[in-house]
Amino acid sequence: MSTQSSTAGHAPSSVRNLIVIGSGPSGYTAAIYAARANLEPLVFEGSVTAGGALMNTTDVENFPGFPDGIMGPALMDNLRAQAERFGAELVADDVTEVDLLGDVKTVTLGDGSTHAARAIVLATGSGYRKLGIPREDELSGHGVSWCATCDGFFFREQNIVVVGGGDSALEEATFLTRFASKVTLVHRRDELRASKIMQDRALANDKIEFAWNSEVAELHGEHSLESVTLRDTVSGETRSLDATGLFIAIGHDPRSELLRGQVDLDDEGYVLVQTGSTATNIPGVFAAGDLVDHTYRQAITAAGTGCAASLDAERYLAGLEHAGAPQPDAALID
Amino acid sequence: MAIINAVTDADFDEIVLNAPGPVLVDFWADWCGPCRQLAPILQEIADEKGEQLTVVKIDADANPVTPAKYRVTGLPTINLYNGGEVVASIVGVRPKSALLNEIDKHL
Repeated sequence: MSTQSSTAGHAPSSVRNLIVIGSGPSGYTAAIYAARANLEPLVFEGSVTAGGALMNTTDVENFPGFPDGIMGPALMDNLRAQAERFGAELVADDVTEVDLLGDVKTVTLGDGSTHAARAIVLATGSGYRKLGIPREDELSGHGVSWCATCDGFFFREQNIVVVGGGDSALEEATFLTRFASKVTLVHRRDELRASKIMQDRALANDKIEFAWNSEVAELHGEHSLESVTLRDTVSGETRSLDATGLFIAIGHDPRSELLRGQVDLDDEGYVLVQTGSTATNIPGVFAAGDLVDHTYRQAITAAGTGCAASLDAERYLAGLEHAGAPQPDAALID
Repeated sequence: MAIINAVTDADFDEIVLNAPGPVLVDFWADWCGPCRQLAPILQEIADEKGEQLTVVKIDADANPVTPAKYRVTGLPTINLYNGGEVVASIVGVRPKSALLNEIDKHL
């Protein structure tokens, strides 16, 4: 990790222009723009999360520029390579602590080393939401999964339950019909949130059954999942459903724990940014991607706000250099 | 750099179960994104442990018998074998420190 490393507890040896925390489409895009602007960004990708949520997907059909689709992990490899090509320094480690309030912001890693920069782009994305029912963790990897791509093929000719009503749930359900004899989509309401095209695909698929107004209440099975108990969200009635696989796609929560008490968050933990910008309430701290986005949560919107955060950071840094002088408008944007 | 050999259903018994020392087996598949995230961590562990630990990988798609035998239904799964028995099983990607904590108990 070159000259930026320092030993635990010591002040960082030098102050960078920009540190990017996170490595999904938004983190890597911020890194690409910052690297091309010669800001020499340092990117903390996460020790096990490098690439972000798209690492768990198969075909990404809606990222512009790939008319035949591209595999999620391949897209992330490309973005990463592009950031590296322009000189972004990528570090596969986790940030455990941040101090964002001063003019120089510091970031601490698991090994105690600290790194400092004048500007920060936060792009830590979101984490899978759990059902929060008994035995969910115990059976994780033994029938309970958050990654249809990874684990679907273990359930050939078996019954699978998918929980959720959004695009991810329908995409997983549709994908899993390649393997499963039957996929039951369990959804709390009687209508889906998913896009029309995903709904049409799922509704037309003979192998997908819908359990409307239902939630998974209990998981059963000795060593691995054998059945689930469904509860009707309207009547409260329960019924048992045989299934050896349960795939959970009920959404994500922003990964903002590190930021609490420093950056303004909304009630759900999303980072608040100023309208029309990626600026948080703290000067020099910008936020992008699913960490901010309640609404769209797409790879391309994450990439878009990652780009914006990098440009905002670039302008902020230029402002520091020319403090007092009038700001040439957008002079730094190609 | 330590070499992480690929084992198959055919040679699993010979290479893993009959090994004189502990063997860490990475159950992976080509399309599994988290498996890619895990690979460099396992390489580091293999490099650091040297002779103390053999690390191998098995493609769970091409070799269905072994995953079924050990009830592997999530990828990546890392099983540690010693004397022909599974002594530790870890499902999903974990930080290196968490993997080492689990592995070191059995070395």
